[in-house]
Amino acid sequence: MSQNTLFDKVWDLHKVSILPGGSDQIFIGLHLIHEVTSPQAFGALKDKKLKVKFPDRTVATVDHIVPTDNQSRPFKDNLAEQMIETLERNCLEHKIRFFNIGSGNQGIVHVVAPELGLTQPGMTIACGDSHTSTHGAFGSIAFGIGTSQVRDVLATQTLAMNKLKVRQIWCDNKLSKGVYAKDLVLHIINKLGVKAGVGFAYEFAGPAIHELSMEERMTICNMSIEGGARCGYINPDEKTFSYIKNKLCAPKNEYWDKALRWWKSLKSDENSIYDDVIKLDASKVEPTVTWGITPGQSISINQQIPLLDDLSPNDKLVAKEAYEYMSFKPGQLIKDTPVDVCFIGSCTNGRISDLRVAAKVLKGKKVSKNVKAFAVPGSEKVATEAKKEGIDQIFKDSGFQWREPGCSMCLAMNSDKLIGNQVSASSSNRNFKGRQGSPSGRTLLMSPAMVAAAAINGKVSDVREFIN
Amino acid sequence: MKSEFTPPIGKISNINGQCISLIGNDIDTDRIIPARFLKCVNFDSLGESVFEDDRKTLGGNHPFDLKENKNASILVVNSNFGCGSSREHAPQALMRWGIKSIIGESFADIFYSNCIAIGIPCFTLPKKSIEEIQNYCDNQFLFLEIDLKNSLAKSKDLNFNLEINESSRKMFLSGEWDATSTLLDNKNLIENKFNQLPYVKFNINFL
Repeated sequence: MSQNTLFDKVWDLHKVSILPGGSDQIFIGLHLIHEVTSPQAFGALKDKKLKVKFPDRTVATVDHIVPTDNQSRPFKDNLAEQMIETLERNCLEHKIRFFNIGSGNQGIVHVVAPELGLTQPGMTIACGDSHTSTHGAFGSIAFGIGTSQVRDVLATQTLAMNKLKVRQIWCDNKLSKGVYAKDLVLHIINKLGVKAGVGFAYEFAGPAIHELSMEERMTICNMSIEGGARCGYINPDEKTFSYIKNKLCAPKNEYWDKALRWWKSLKSDENSIYDDVIKLDASKVEPTVTWGITPGQSISINQQIPLLDDLSPNDKLVAKEAYEYMSFKPGQLIKDTPVDVCFIGSCTNGRISDLRVAAKVLKGKKVSKNVKAFAVPGSEKVATEAKKEGIDQIFKDSGFQWREPGCSMCLAMNSDKLIGNQVSASSSNRNFKGRQGSPSGRTLLMSPAMVAAAAINGKVSDVREFIN
Repeated sequence: MKSEFTPPIGKISNINGQCISLIGNDIDTDRIIPARFLKCVNFDSLGESVFEDDRKTLGGNHPFDLKENKNASILVVNSNFGCGSSREHAPQALMRWGIKSIIGESFADIFYSNCIAIGIPCFTLPKKSIEEIQNYCDNQFLFLEIDLKNSLAKSKDLNFNLEINESSRKMFLSGEWDATSTLLDNKNLIENKFNQLPYVKFNINFL
């Protein structure tokens, strides 16, 4: 059992009681909600005649269903309109702070909370969304929950949970040029498998992780769940603190000093005990692309799609399904695979640094005629910053459509969808069957820079050929 | 037509029913219920859309479409079932279709806690035993009697010692899987905890 890790410390700090069945009752320091997984929770609260216990500890925004082309109200899609209205009503009734469209602070919940300074080290954070693990980049313990658990947090600010085990993933050296946080996390998921993280929190550590910016760290923690780990985190350091400083909701003046003192005391001890430790060499990671139907089915840009014989018995079943669904042949190169749609956005890679990196690749180039390309900033703040830096113009000049903030084609709950068996080069997090809105649509996950390169060439390309 | 849906309430100690086998690893919640069905403010109509895209692709041959599985209530799956999105819509859709319990090689964490929270006991068995059940189901009906008190599954021909997390098992037997009121019992402890948290004191700009 792990001891003295950041996870142990934060968990113990938030433990309210041991419940009769033996689970821990854990206090949730920050609860984030959105329109998709909250309405039924508010409904259940009403049925049970309960109130929101700590309305100040819940913050709402709207992201999954928002259209990214025309956001004027009412939305064209009646069901989407009904969902945003329900959230507006629930927030008003329960006095929950809501960052609505046009507030200047709306966006994907996992982009918004950090940029407002809501996400802080040492907190427990829950949200009805599996990518809540993102917030672990700040040294918080953050995890996704379902709607009944959203109900429990609203009603009690606590959850019944069993403590997770802790696996440290130590990344030596540093990433080479043209290789990004996305490539590293895809590599980790490929090496460990998509279910290795079940029952675990992942602590990402080592020189390669230390080197990453806060936004890159968010990309890593965001995809912990794709490796099966509900929670992923990184010990906070100076980068963490300076990212938070001066944000809207960050502690100010003498409170900042107090916060800093506490945050600096929060990290895994040098002699902490982990349930498991994995070490890998980040300098060996190359631009990585998924070829299949799970985020673990990835290869380096110059590799071939694995042969069945090269896979472990456990991976064969899903690999067979993947060859068929993707219409790819074992042994085929992933490089030069033609793409129809290019999508840059999502809670994994829709932040300003992602757009900057892609814009650098796109500058002065044109998107291939056969490709529909669009960029969806992760939040209104990201969009504003991109405009200030002229990044939106670089995207538009290259032939990308520049959209309004939202989750968009990461999960295709709005009108941004693949059609038929189109192939998409996507900076998002899931390549599941049908994920991007068409039951036969095919998704290749990669870094935003790689998506930009694919958009220009109309096929999967090595971004390193663009940035030398 | 299925009989009208009634959600589970209170103590759950026995589940008796016919097994339905669904073969495949890493079956994600997008497949269980595609995102377009999440555009709803209640869960009521999700049952008919469970596995919608997989079922369409198989043109009537999906286990959830087969006539002989119409009354099944114990789902038998392989490894990492329910991975991906945290959408509770997935177990809600399964439950509204008629599933009352799931036996598998392994489950994704969030899916598992969602199942507990809505009253669907999930058990694990080694790969070999799962395959034994799935092979059996290929040829004939398998009715299992699940006894949560002793973590046993019995049938005419097959018997298994089921594995289940001890705290989940206790929660089903006591009815505390529906956790809200148990959590609220500790109202004072919750207040105390809140007041002890270091960050509550320095987050005056928080909201």
